[in-house]
Amino acid sequence: MLQFLLRRLPASILLIWLVSVLIFVGCEVLPGDVAQVALGQSATAENVRALRTEFGLDRPALTRYADWLQGIVFHADWGRSITTRTPVSAMLAERLSNTLLLAGVTTLIAVPLALLIGLTMAIRSGSNYDRAASVAILGLAATPEFLIGTIAVLVFAVKLHWLPSTSYLSEGSGLTATARAILLPVGTLVIIATAQIARMTRAIVGNVLALPYIEMARLKGLAGARVVLVHALRNAIGPLANVIALNVAYLVSGVVVVETIFAYPGLARLMADSVQARDLPVVQACAMIFCATYIMLIVAADIIAYACDPKSGSQGRSA
Amino acid sequence: MKRLSRAGVPQQVPLVLVASAIVLAALTLIALVAPWIMPHDPGEFISNDVFAAPTRNALLGTDYLGRDLLSRLIASAPLTLGMAFAATMLAHVVGDSLGLYAALRGGWVDAVVSRMVDVILSLPKIIVGLVVLAALGPSVAVIIGICAVVYAAGVFRVARALGNDIVRQDYIVVAQARGEGLGWLLFAEILPQVAAPLASDFAIRMSFAVLFISSLSFLGLGVQPPMADWGGLVRENLDGLQAGSLAAIYPAAAIAITSIALNLLVDSLSERSIQGPAT
Repeated sequence: MLQFLLRRLPASILLIWLVSVLIFVGCEVLPGDVAQVALGQSATAENVRALRTEFGLDRPALTRYADWLQGIVFHADWGRSITTRTPVSAMLAERLSNTLLLAGVTTLIAVPLALLIGLTMAIRSGSNYDRAASVAILGLAATPEFLIGTIAVLVFAVKLHWLPSTSYLSEGSGLTATARAILLPVGTLVIIATAQIARMTRAIVGNVLALPYIEMARLKGLAGARVVLVHALRNAIGPLANVIALNVAYLVSGVVVVETIFAYPGLARLMADSVQARDLPVVQACAMIFCATYIMLIVAADIIAYACDPKSGSQGRSA
Repeated sequence: MKRLSRAGVPQQVPLVLVASAIVLAALTLIALVAPWIMPHDPGEFISNDVFAAPTRNALLGTDYLGRDLLSRLIASAPLTLGMAFAATMLAHVVGDSLGLYAALRGGWVDAVVSRMVDVILSLPKIIVGLVVLAALGPSVAVIIGICAVVYAAGVFRVARALGNDIVRQDYIVVAQARGEGLGWLLFAEILPQVAAPLASDFAIRMSFAVLFISSLSFLGLGVQPPMADWGGLVRENLDGLQAGSLAAIYPAAAIAITSIALNLLVDSLSERSIQGPAT
């Protein structure tokens, strides 16, 4: 285990560093530079030069990268936004907690729900319930967030007037107000995430159920539920943890669309807005946070899968 | 391998299979003949009412500027499906060639490409898309390109795994000993053996591409006006929801239908195959 951690953790830190280089270089290779891009085609050479000096863009790229990385690592300083001229970290702070709230609540609801659906399908494998649920789940997993989101707005906000169609979160608003504000975005995300996790749960447990030792357990005369929950689940926990972590990671970026539909003040929407305004320091910061979170969740999934695998290490990770 | 009995399946499969095949054929046909079947010019203002309810003149009502929604929906089908198809095609050409080559030759090419693919797969796709669009600006070529790169990584893994099973077989060893060229080995000997699983990967991958490209357009970072794809139509008509207009729902439903049909087709073809998580 220790050996596994010693190999996996440095590799992921290296990967995160590599991502920081990619993001920096990605924003660096564009025609013109950050200042030119922010000001657009019509900017005069003088304005561009002034902005360049103000943000220190006239220094060599390597120096700027070193400063940028150093700022993030040692001072949690993400630089300044080119459009608003305020520190990026101030813009990130509240947005980040809003997105974490959205993703956290969704995970808490979707994961148990999906496991319940996936496992009951596996227990009643081949039944009408299993087949109907399979098609429903497949359909929902392939549905774009903006269809479910727009229908939700139309039904619950416009027709029924039960819930607000946009999510204004304000500082110090009460629990009920917050709950009402996040109900529709959370519901939309829960539907998509549940469908995906349940589908994969069904698939993974189904694969395990095809193994000889399960046949043996059935031949011993054990009930279907017991075979699935006691015998099969033990071998499925590793891959399941993997799938759940991947889906949570997906949520972190899948929220981009949902936050836009409901005008939810989260990190993903900040990023989309910044891309539109071509405010590259903010884009870089958001991309860094999303990518690092994603990588860390995948690593966490690998570690859980390794810890749960009865044959630790020999199998490697599942594809 | 998995020929274990699954009772009752044969009855149900053809229905889903036939239905999804018909839907996909219809969508393809609409995309191909789009310019000739639009009731109105997609840019023409046919009504003074925005978000008007459906009438005989405008079967799906009007959009946020009073244009015929049905015509705009049809007009954007070729762009939506064409971009997704082009991106998936590109992803498969690159991913399959490299993946099969890596399986056949191994060595440093395999090592280098595999590590690059690992990096791409460990990044959230939509975030990668956003960074690239922030840097290069939105254009159809950039969108197709980034979509292809992001999905080629997953295709590479699939092709490499499939190829690995084939290259150890005797007939490949014999073909190599005969002195067949690389192109012949890859495309005449190996490819036909793995064509079926790669084709089903193509369909699934294309449904991802449709969703990916539509999401970017929905965020306003994909196809730019006056051009529009279905994702863009959802975005521009989103305000109509408040007035109870379905103008944003129809294009979203079109995207969903395309994606669901592709998934159901593959699912029913592979006989309720149990597929692992897609990468």
